Amino acid sequence: MQEIKDMVCPFCGCLCDDVTLEIENGEIVATDNCCAIGNAKFLGKNRLKNPIKKVDGKWVDITYDEAIDTAVDILLDADRPLLFGWSGTHGEAQCVGVHMNEILGGVIDSTTSVCHGPSILAIQEVGHPGCTLGQVKNRADLIIYWGCNPIEAHPRHMSRYTTYADGYFLDNAFRNRKVIVVDVRETETSNVADEFIRIKPGGDYAVLSSLRAILRGKGDMIPDSVAGVTKTQLIQVAEMCKTCKFGALFFGVGLTMAKGKYKNVRNAIEFVDDLNRHTKFTLTPMRGHWNVYGANEVMSWMTGYPYAVDFCRGVAFYNPGETTAVDILARKECDACMIVGSDPAAHFPHSCVEQLRDIPMIVIDPFQTMTTTLADLQIPVAVTGIDAEGTAYRMDGVPLKVKKAIDSDYPSDTEILTRIYDIMLEVKGL
Amino acid sequence: MKTLLIKNAYVIDPIQNINGETMDIAVRDGKIVDDVKNPDEVIDAQGMLTLPGGIDSHTHFSGTKVNFGRYMSPEDMRAGRTSRKGDMHATAGYSVPTTYGNSYRYAKMGYTTLLEGAMAPMEARHTHEEFRYTPLQDCLANTLFDGNWFALQAIQDGDIKRLAGVLAWYLSASKGFGVKLTNPGGTEAWGFGKDVSCINEPIPRFGITPREIIVKMIEANEMLNLPHSVHLHCNNLGKPGNYMCTLDTYDAIPDLNDKRQSLYSTHVQFHSYGGSSWKDFCSKAEDIARSVNDKPHIVIDTGQVMFGKTTTMTADGPMEFNLYRLYHNKWSNHDVEMETGSGVIPVQYKKKNLVNAIMWSIGLELGLLVDDPWRCILATDNPNGAPFVKYPEVMALLMSKEYRDKEFATLHKSTGKRVILPSLERELTWNEIAIMTRSAQARALGLVDYGKGYLGEGAEADIAIYPIDVATTDPTRDYERIINGFSSTEYTIKRGEVVCRRGTCTPEGNHATYWVKPHVSPKYDMSTDSTFIDDFNRYYSIRMANYPIGEEYIGRNVCMETEASI
Ligand code: SF4
Ligand SMILES: [Zn+2]
Repeated sequence: MQEIKDMVCPFCGCLCDDVTLEIENGEIVATDNCCAIGNAKFLGKNRLKNPIKKVDGKWVDITYDEAIDTAVDILLDADRPLLFGWSGTHGEAQCVGVHMNEILGGVIDSTTSVCHGPSILAIQEVGHPGCTLGQVKNRADLIIYWGCNPIEAHPRHMSRYTTYADGYFLDNAFRNRKVIVVDVRETETSNVADEFIRIKPGGDYAVLSSLRAILRGKGDMIPDSVAGVTKTQLIQVAEMCKTCKFGALFFGVGLTMAKGKYKNVRNAIEFVDDLNRHTKFTLTPMRGHWNVYGANEVMSWMTGYPYAVDFCRGVAFYNPGETTAVDILARKECDACMIVGSDPAAHFPHSCVEQLRDIPMIVIDPFQTMTTTLADLQIPVAVTGIDAEGTAYRMDGVPLKVKKAIDSDYPSDTEILTRIYDIMLEVKGL
Repeated sequence: MKTLLIKNAYVIDPIQNINGETMDIAVRDGKIVDDVKNPDEVIDAQGMLTLPGGIDSHTHFSGTKVNFGRYMSPEDMRAGRTSRKGDMHATAGYSVPTTYGNSYRYAKMGYTTLLEGAMAPMEARHTHEEFRYTPLQDCLANTLFDGNWFALQAIQDGDIKRLAGVLAWYLSASKGFGVKLTNPGGTEAWGFGKDVSCINEPIPRFGITPREIIVKMIEANEMLNLPHSVHLHCNNLGKPGNYMCTLDTYDAIPDLNDKRQSLYSTHVQFHSYGGSSWKDFCSKAEDIARSVNDKPHIVIDTGQVMFGKTTTMTADGPMEFNLYRLYHNKWSNHDVEMETGSGVIPVQYKKKNLVNAIMWSIGLELGLLVDDPWRCILATDNPNGAPFVKYPEVMALLMSKEYRDKEFATLHKSTGKRVILPSLERELTWNEIAIMTRSAQARALGLVDYGKGYLGEGAEADIAIYPIDVATTDPTRDYERIINGFSSTEYTIKRGEVVCRRGTCTPEGNHATYWVKPHVSPKYDMSTDSTFIDDFNRYYSIRMANYPIGEEYIGRNVCMETEASI
């Protein structure tokens, strides 16, 4: 048995890079330091076996060469191809995807559009006062989790970066740090909070506005209760925020996808902005998939926009709500799609999933998912972090190399996409 | 082996003391040679100004904060879009173009080498990823040390050799090129929302002063025998009255290197302000230039401001917050644990805004008042003062008093009372402009030994051929021709290949990343130092094992190895 240390977990946006893997006969048999969901991915068994293609409603085994040719045919034959996903693959593959989209004149979008898309819209209006996670770990004496439940979705977030993490400026991290949880329901995270603010669904915007009013000395305007939160609690929380040495607000889809959407996030950013006139405060979106932030980074430097980029007019065109995957599918504009490293069938609205089923769909993924079952072509690939390697960006923008632990016969996403792209260039005479 | 012959070029090559000679340039295998027989390609450069490829020694074009500028600014992306054309990829962005946008537009202006001004080592991987998609220029990155805990600790302990060891480890690990200090001490203070306001004020936690940080870093830099000097963004950027701090800083700089400067002081326009508030804000370029003229061991770049919209971005987090409170546009901040900070905000410089008009004047005053063009580099701190596409206008302004006066007449009416620009008669020559846009950079960065900045035998064949006929162009009058001519080369040649012809670029330019690797004795090798390793793994949020950038990230590269004296 062989032990490899300091491996990066390719599951959530925490990108924990201290995982130990135990390898036996070329397989990962155990993990250490990893949380349960990360562990499940490392030990995952439901890998796709070989490329298959649907012919007259039946799956037929094909070779990788055939799969690549079929993918090229499907994409070149389409008027309005959509290249979607990307949060489950490494940056190098995302770059090839952008190049491919440019010559196809298609739309490229990531899962951002169904998680933190609203956060990006808010950031584009008012900016983003943030920091790396180690800054929080070493300095923060106040943590706010708003509309997120890290114990379930980012299980090691609190132990590596916030509540339980040892930090330079705190002699006793757990005791010196206060944790505020804001949510519409009790969660495992709210149970460990020093202060739990329970908001009525849809009340985030009003609560943020009230906190800002109190900060600005306009507390008189606030009624006794705002969206189920008492004025006394609001005043107390505003005081905690104002008097801490370093505060860090983390927020999740509970804020971005609740009523008010990007306006909620904008209000949260402006709350943090206000607080910086009193103390130091930062804000970080709890990005879900391990490399969803990388997809935003790659698309920004390659196309100028972080997601939902339409090349049908030659130049990059960006208009979330119009050029986002769900909208293109719902309007039934899209006539072929390629899904890389994500499972839209499990997350998209019903009408979009129907459209995905009705058009030719290529899925490039290591695992069986809801989406693979609806595909017309499945191309199995290696898992970044297990049998492939590449770059990923943590939720705070820190880039890490996700290393490879074992060898396998599966090609990586980059290899598959590059082969598809090269043939396209040849066919198009470029 | 590919050969190229450029015939009848009108060459200005200040490093070789060639000031306007018509000659042929022969290229073999990417290098300049004495002669080539039966060349594969011949370019007739008759009547065209031919210079070594342009070098930008301080620009922000790759990495975390640059990309944040793109990410947060769809309005800027819309302002500069092109579609895929032939081999050229689509581009977007005006003040913060996409990587291809940067590469193509710089190539069009004849620039073949770019130094990214500020790279947080923890996020170096990102910078190098963007370098890969900047295919037509050689790329280098300054590594930030202004708030580096291990470095500050060594200074606090008075152990300069250990400081040098720390610099060496980070430079190699991040595949960086030079030692950059941005508001030294201030970015660490910003960790708790504070700043430092004087180079003699002790910084939080470490109790050392910015002055000590600067001086000790220079000493350590020289122990490592690095090609470049310490590259400094002074404290108090953008504050009225900050020229005193800048002068104090210059007075503290030791002269430790007889080959090149001991300090590269960047975007000095932003550090040459008089007055006690925005109300009595005025130029102190004369005082600053006098100090620089007296100190041959200091090189500056001007940090020219040009009017219009742009995006400011710097590791100086507290400064950006102050700026935001003036402009109220949008503000991004990104502290990097144990290392540095950063901020990004969009701004617009307006002719009718008195402060902006003074800033514009100061940049030009510096360019005209520093006597020695080898020590006064032309730059806008792209995109902070202006996007780099404005360089040709800056050149024209420095070459023509008539153009300056014409522009000056359109500024806020009170500008004349706060600056001396209208009284300056100097008009820079072709040779001086060539120095300030490539030769001085090559020398200040220590790249001449690596074949950059000149067109002699053995040099890298990085060549810019401009459609400017010097014989028939009077730069003091024909400033429109200067602007147009420097905006778009006839040919830009990178390592012997034409990478841009009248604005049309090729997909690949054989570009390389330049990085330094100082060799230190085992005693100062941090990779085996247990205190360093333990503290690293305790306080960083990533493991030391995952920190260094592997060679796979830098592709073709030039490792500049040095022997340290420690
Ligand atoms: S918290 Fe996230 S990255 Fe860390 S081990 Fe768990 S799933 Fe993996
Ligand atoms: Zn700069």
